[in-house]
Amino acid sequence: MTEAATLTSNKTLLSVNNIEVIYDHVILVLKGVSLEVPEQGIVALLGANGAGKTTTLKAISNLLRAERGDITKGSIEFEGKRIDTLTSAQLVQQGVIQVMEGRHCFEHLTVEENLLTGAYTRRDGNAAINRDLELVYSYFPRLKKRNRAQAGYTSGGEQQMVAIGRALMSRPKMILLDEPSMGLAPQLVEEIFENVARLNRDEGVTFLLAEQNTNIALRYANHGYILENGRVVLDGSAAELRENTDVKEFYLGISEGQRINFRDVKHYRRRKRWLT
Amino acid sequence: MTFFIEVVLSGLMAGVMYSLVALGFVLIFKASGIFNFAQGVMALFAALTLVGLMEKFGFPIWLAIIGTIAVMIALAWLIERVMLRHLVNQEPIILFMATIGLAYVLEGMGDILWGSDVKVLDLGIPQGASDWMLDSFDIYIEKLEVFAAVTAAILVAFLAVFFQKTRIGRALRAVADDHQAALSVGISLHTIWVIVWSVAGIVALVAGIMWGSKSGVQFSLSLIALKALPVLILGGFTSVPGAIIGGMIIGVGEKVAEVYVGPFVGGAIENWFAYMLALVFLLFRPQGLFGEKIIERV
Ligand SMILES: Nc1ncnc2c1ncn2[C@@H]1O[C@H](COP(=O)(O)OP(=O)(O)O)[C@@H](O)[C@H]1O
Ligand SMILES: [Mg+2]
Repeated sequence: MTEAATLTSNKTLLSVNNIEVIYDHVILVLKGVSLEVPEQGIVALLGANGAGKTTTLKAISNLLRAERGDITKGSIEFEGKRIDTLTSAQLVQQGVIQVMEGRHCFEHLTVEENLLTGAYTRRDGNAAINRDLELVYSYFPRLKKRNRAQAGYTSGGEQQMVAIGRALMSRPKMILLDEPSMGLAPQLVEEIFENVARLNRDEGVTFLLAEQNTNIALRYANHGYILENGRVVLDGSAAELRENTDVKEFYLGISEGQRINFRDVKHYRRRKRWLT
Repeated sequence: MTFFIEVVLSGLMAGVMYSLVALGFVLIFKASGIFNFAQGVMALFAALTLVGLMEKFGFPIWLAIIGTIAVMIALAWLIERVMLRHLVNQEPIILFMATIGLAYVLEGMGDILWGSDVKVLDLGIPQGASDWMLDSFDIYIEKLEVFAAVTAAILVAFLAVFFQKTRIGRALRAVADDHQAALSVGISLHTIWVIVWSVAGIVALVAGIMWGSKSGVQFSLSLIALKALPVLILGGFTSVPGAIIGGMIIGVGEKVAEVYVGPFVGGAIENWFAYMLALVFLLFRPQGLFGEKIIERV
């Protein structure tokens, strides 16, 4: 695989600065998360279930409010401008869109209607929208074949394609992609990530993706952040993270055998935390 | 035989009314999960406004109708601003109670603005029997009822096109399916709620016109909302065709039962038939005739 890092400019597209998120006014979930996404980069947000990945993405896309979540500290900037007070609709217009965990297709709408809802905020006319529809179909030919099928009756892989295609229809600069691999067979996961890489390379779409599948995420991303309990505990280039012993042991499942050293106690405690 | 057809037809016409009120319920329920107790009162309020604009301001019919539509849209906007916006994420029961409050507010507003006396609504819809039906089929049926049925059919066809073919209609269906996903693609729930309450307001206006032309505009109009409940149980709370067909079934059912079974049990079946039928449905088919199929993926 070619390292996409070469394409990445150094300009920061999105920066999240030390945000704190509270649900229901009492449940503190993010305890100061900071991260940066460069223009045209693919950045992975990694961590176990419950670490706060989804919450981070929803804080950015401002889908938090609909879940009684609030950003109580910190700031979020996109293209150098504060975006944490914008509504999700305004954000979509600015070019930031989220593909939610679990796909969330409109089940009773057809595949094509699902895609068209992605163009809801656009005002550039039907011709442009139809051009982009064809573009989405060129990335996901399977959706073209099934364009009249009710989305609820399509397979998990197809639904993930619908969800990504729907987001593409908004002409985004940046897609926040939440657990695209969840519940999909390995070769489908590979296909989805291939498309992410192609969209990044050919359409210039920037990705921030949350994944529990650390292995595949680090193969396609240029940079990664590891989240634990609402904090970033580690970050680095994908290559660095792949070689990091902690990441290897706890996220990639590569054990280095019986290592007796000063870190064992710490590992043990952390392992316990992950398992509970 | 002719008599039986006449009974069925007059049942159908009453059923159209129930259908329209139930339709308003379903639209709001699908888009926002709110059980709108005020749907019947909205029909009353719309009819009162229509009559008021004609009587007090001397508006011609067409202008009064446009004016009433404008009032119903303004009302939808106000309901969203004052009520819904502040209750997002609340329990359904709280929203339901809010609509009970809304029903009282609307009733009071109708009273204060237009007075509480029974009003005659005369839109110039021809009265009396349809000569054509009488001559060709030997069936007696009111012109007004034919007019009502045709209007309702046009309204439903119009709504169907609106929902299936337009960008806003697609967004409405998207919200009904998954409001989080709708938010994520940039659909504003506030806008959608205003639109859907406006549509429900216009449907209520049509229902109000029909009932008002037949029986005068009076408080009892808001009570037809109670008949909409069994219709919803029959048709399913989320099904537009269910609301329409459910209304007709109940309309026809209660008329037929009244005429043919009534004499044996001392009459007045019409008053409770719908509820009995709904009860039977609750016991044997709680999702209703057309209750939305929940798509389960494996
Ligand atoms: N709507 C909510 N209300 C309260 N707590 C929530 C809500 N959503 C998530 N949480 C909690 O926040 C934590 C982080 O969740 P989430 O961001 O979904 O993690 P991840 O996506 O990494 O699995 C979890 O402990 C979860 O229970
Ligand atoms: Mg998650």
